[in-house]
Amino acid sequence: MSTTSAAPKAASNGGFTAAAATYLEERTSISAVVKEFGRKIFPDHWSFLLGEVALYSFVVILLSGTFLTFFFQASMAETVYNGSYAPLKGVEMSAAMNSTLNISFDIRGGLLMRQVHHWAALLFVAAIGLHMLRIFFTGAFRKPRELNWVIGFMLFILAMAEGFTGYSLPDDLLSGNGLRIIDGMVKGLPLVGTWISFLLFGGEFPGTAIVGRLYTLHILLLPALVVAFIALHLTFVVVHKHTQYAAAGRTQQNVVGYPILPVYAAKAGGFFFIVFGVIVLIASLFTINPIWNYGPYDPSPVSAGTQPDWYIGFADGALRLVPPGWEFVWLDRTWSFNIIVPVLVLGLFIVTVAIYPFLEAWITGDKREHHIADRPRNNPGRTAVGAAGVTFYAALWAAASSDIIATHFKLTMEGVIHTLQACLILGPIVAYIIAKRICIALQKKDRTIALHGYESGRIVRLPGGEYIEVHEQLDEYERWRLVSFESYQPLMLRPNSRGKITASNRLRAGLSRWFFEDRIAPVTRGEIEGGHGHH
Amino acid sequence: MRAHPHTTSRSRRKTGRRHPLATLALIAIGLGLTGGGYAAFNSSTASAETATASKQSVDEGKKLFMANCATCHGLNASGTDNGPSLIGVGAAAVDFQVGTGRMPMAMQGPQAEEKPVQFTDDQVKSLAAYVATLGPGPAIPDASLLKPDGDAAKGGELFRVNCAMCHNVAGAGGALTEGKFAPDLHNVTPAHIYEAMVTGPQNMPVFNNLNITPTDKRDIITYLTYIRENPSPGGFELGGLGPVSEGLFLWIFGLGSIVALTVWITAKSN
Repeated sequence: MSTTSAAPKAASNGGFTAAAATYLEERTSISAVVKEFGRKIFPDHWSFLLGEVALYSFVVILLSGTFLTFFFQASMAETVYNGSYAPLKGVEMSAAMNSTLNISFDIRGGLLMRQVHHWAALLFVAAIGLHMLRIFFTGAFRKPRELNWVIGFMLFILAMAEGFTGYSLPDDLLSGNGLRIIDGMVKGLPLVGTWISFLLFGGEFPGTAIVGRLYTLHILLLPALVVAFIALHLTFVVVHKHTQYAAAGRTQQNVVGYPILPVYAAKAGGFFFIVFGVIVLIASLFTINPIWNYGPYDPSPVSAGTQPDWYIGFADGALRLVPPGWEFVWLDRTWSFNIIVPVLVLGLFIVTVAIYPFLEAWITGDKREHHIADRPRNNPGRTAVGAAGVTFYAALWAAASSDIIATHFKLTMEGVIHTLQACLILGPIVAYIIAKRICIALQKKDRTIALHGYESGRIVRLPGGEYIEVHEQLDEYERWRLVSFESYQPLMLRPNSRGKITASNRLRAGLSRWFFEDRIAPVTRGEIEGGHGHH
Repeated sequence: MRAHPHTTSRSRRKTGRRHPLATLALIAIGLGLTGGGYAAFNSSTASAETATASKQSVDEGKKLFMANCATCHGLNASGTDNGPSLIGVGAAAVDFQVGTGRMPMAMQGPQAEEKPVQFTDDQVKSLAAYVATLGPGPAIPDASLLKPDGDAAKGGELFRVNCAMCHNVAGAGGALTEGKFAPDLHNVTPAHIYEAMVTGPQNMPVFNNLNITPTDKRDIITYLTYIRENPSPGGFELGGLGPVSEGLFLWIFGLGSIVALTVWITAKSN
């Protein structure tokens, strides 16, 4: 009773805004949320916005996708095209293809929306990829954020699934070929392959069910999962607070940056429109997925240059790089490894990415929380492993376009394939060594600068005739950035409480040595104070 | 045949824009019309001559053959270790190979590359006439078979089933084995498309008239002409290469510009 009588009093004091605010507050207690979130601090660095790019492109995908669902018919019923695109008039095709062509040619704004949707999808997965690389190379996945890395990884997988199901919906020649490859991969699994394929397609490929099924996944299940995981992901970001790069005044306990209200909310809101604008600009100028060229799906033709969208390219590349003849006949059956081996290799690669935070935590044995992001050079082992992984992925990725590389650089197909096979195996090793050496060299440079200052370019002639270059000392703020990092020492191999050295201990010590044997220790206070005397 | 609609559309665009160089354009149109008229008059008299003087053309072709082709194909065109026999390949094969600049080859390679045409149109026709006398083979197609006014939808279907696996659905070309490739079809004249189908140059299979009838061939030419003359309704095509060029574009220009914008947004004001 007392609360209801308070409202008119406030209204008479502060006008409509105050009355409305009071009304809301009394019914929702929202002020606690505003107080908590409005003062939430986010650090300001361009690389922290990559995840936001992914989020915003997802919003664009939701908006444009909703428009498309108004007109798309997820059916493989046979129809005859009678729309306005002349070279397909009178051609038999599925209702899905027919309605996609209608969206492209006969519905106002339809083609733009289709292109916005598709370009935004490519940007969504690309932004996730770049965001993951940023997290990886700065070590932002360390405790307490390991679980959030896994959630983000799940989002990456879900985004690829969203992309692939969407790519398959128009039922054009390209998407049908893509599905045929998936069908082949599924059928290549030993024992269960054929069963799974028939289950998936509701009979022999392509059947009449797959577009409807993919549509349900594409607009219902997968987006629901993506939204749920994004919510979880962002909740964790709030709970953990954002990481920040080392600088003066930034510690493991604080976050230096702008509060959400008003600065960050304004910036982020504006940035949403910038991302939206860039996507619409690209979509209005550049064709994507011209299904009118591809024509309706028909199992007999396969176009030259048939590729999946970029994010599935690494899987396509893995299939292309398998040398021929990995099969034998035994018990009157052909045992083929052409499919199962690349599938297993990709599976291993993906699982390694997913569990990397736990692997690294196990190797270092570090149980502390880390809120200061590493500079990549300050953890040469991790950076080198990352570089090797990127090279491995890049070789698979390039292999998916082996035919286009061959025609455009006037090379032979075989030459391109063999080179990429070599890159797949040797590339990661070379990248590992080079990245590690570069990191260590950069650390050495940092160490020299922190201790002796930077070369000022001023040459001074001493009374004795000697020429020296004057080194200027860094200011305290700059130096802090160079010296505040951690460096792990390789674990000592010690017997456990029962006096035994287990195999897992040996493995762990070996990995630790591999990671941290070559290392540059950060400059200590004593060294800095001692160093001043020299120059 | 193809150059004519091109010049008119280009000049129309220039004058429509009220370009400061409109006068120049007008002069160019005037010169073009006079030149074109002269050329039309000239070629009509020339074709009248070839009809009557085909013996002379064959002799001329033989001379050209001896000077330019016999080194590899042999003095009587029956082939050597360096080049195949040309007996029975027909005039269409010569018109295609020489008319697109593939022959004479600059060097042996995975396949004969297109290059600037080495002979005048008359010389190509003479060479073709000479080779046609060596044995029966496909003739240079009649202009009525090349008119792009057939059924583009049927042509598209035939193209996807018969041609797209090498030439790509958008005719952008594709890779074959050992450095060979199926070329881009965007700048190929209808006559050369037809001749390629009936003669099967390089690694291309022959699509004879039982396999794809002359009307079907015209439909394919109609389809290719349609996609050449009607640019993509979605905007720039990025080479018509499909997801690879789309992905590259997105990573370099799409994500590149977004990253540049993130740097701009978080830059400290001075």
